[in-house]
Amino acid sequence: MSGSTESIVAIGTRKGLWIARSDDRRTWSVEGPHFLMSEVASVAIDTRAGRSTVLAGVKSWHWGPTVQTSDDGGRTFTESADRAVAFPSDTETALERIWQLTPDPNDDDVVWAGVEPHALFRSADGGRHYDLVRGLWNHPHRPRWEPGFGGGAVHTIVAEPGHPEALLVAMSAGGVYRSSDSGASWSASNPGIRAYFLPDDEYPEFGQCVHKVARGVDGELFAQNHKGVYRSGDRGQSWQSIADGLPTDFGFTILAHPRRPGVVWNVPVADDGERIPPDAHLQVQRSDDSGRSWRMQADGLPTDSFTCVLRDAACTDAGDDDEPVGVYLGTRNGDVFASVDEGESFERIVTQLPDVLVVRAARVPCRETA
Amino acid sequence: MPLTPVRLILPGMLRDLAGGVSEIEVDGGGESQTVRELLDRAFSEHRILDGKVRDERGEIRRHVKVFVNGEDATRSGGVETVVPSGARVHIVNAVSGG
Repeated sequence: MSGSTESIVAIGTRKGLWIARSDDRRTWSVEGPHFLMSEVASVAIDTRAGRSTVLAGVKSWHWGPTVQTSDDGGRTFTESADRAVAFPSDTETALERIWQLTPDPNDDDVVWAGVEPHALFRSADGGRHYDLVRGLWNHPHRPRWEPGFGGGAVHTIVAEPGHPEALLVAMSAGGVYRSSDSGASWSASNPGIRAYFLPDDEYPEFGQCVHKVARGVDGELFAQNHKGVYRSGDRGQSWQSIADGLPTDFGFTILAHPRRPGVVWNVPVADDGERIPPDAHLQVQRSDDSGRSWRMQADGLPTDSFTCVLRDAACTDAGDDDEPVGVYLGTRNGDVFASVDEGESFERIVTQLPDVLVVRAARVPCRETA
Repeated sequence: MPLTPVRLILPGMLRDLAGGVSEIEVDGGGESQTVRELLDRAFSEHRILDGKVRDERGEIRRHVKVFVNGEDATRSGGVETVVPSGARVHIVNAVSGG
């Protein structure tokens, strides 16, 4: 491993942000909290163009939402004096929460923000300031998008490397929407995704409660729905169930391997009305064949566990080309688990934090501290 | 006769964002200036405070209170509440949360 880089895991919780650091992904030091008593629902680690920038979507219950930015790998943060994300006055809308921050793979200066209420914002200055994407805001379906239990938000943004015109967002409860013109116009894209909770039409054009979408390195998409796990081989135009073989089709998150096509991790939750791990055993389910078959990975994860892994509280790192990808899980009871062997075994690296809302991991350049 | 400036008193949680000061003296308002106008004037040199106290519609945030001479403006006229010359205006973080 290069001595000039370190692994960091940014852990956003209900009451602040913690940063875990490691040279070898086995021994970790933990710094924090940043923003104590503020909710950190979204984090991005921007390593494009040699950066070690950490962006955090922070919400103070008193002082509102903002984006905090660190250019030194999460050691110090600043925020813009002007509102980083704000709805234009003609919308007569106020920002509630920043649910997702996604660096664009095609433009090193672009960062996307998914927010509550349902909207998408675009930054062209590396994530300091964001503008409303009017194409989605003006969509005729928007008045009929319903909030999920956690709120109504664009919580997932998937951009496509090599195709800057292609964007996909997901929201609860509205489903998947796609743009093929860089966000100018959008179409619902939910064929095959079941909305079992609707009384008359279980396969509507939109209204599905998609919890998370992950993109594989070859462009294959995987979706964890509010009951239902799906794949798409046509960039989200249609979806097929891959829930067979899983202990349950409920859950909040799903991950795709950043280098190996067809490898996907699912974190099952027992049921909609039973939000604990199946058999009270915290676990991931891994597929190596795009969801055709699954196997449990739980070595190092606790039994008698009654916690839950939320939508963004799981991630992979990119690893190096010659080493396995890391897999990270954060739980609602404040533990973070890391695997350096692609899920075969886990170690608890942090414990006793507030409920973990988001985990993001990356290798960044080392910065010596004074 | 010149008007007496309004004293805008900040809660401890916001003082670091105002350079460490506990209050801002605001002058230039008329006899009938509103809370909105007062905050516009006060925050013109402390823009970061504006985003903390008010949302982008100009409304006082849900868990923030503004008291004008001891009266809770958020329970009366809100940002249209008139601020008399020489008033003491407190910004308070509401006692809430968990």
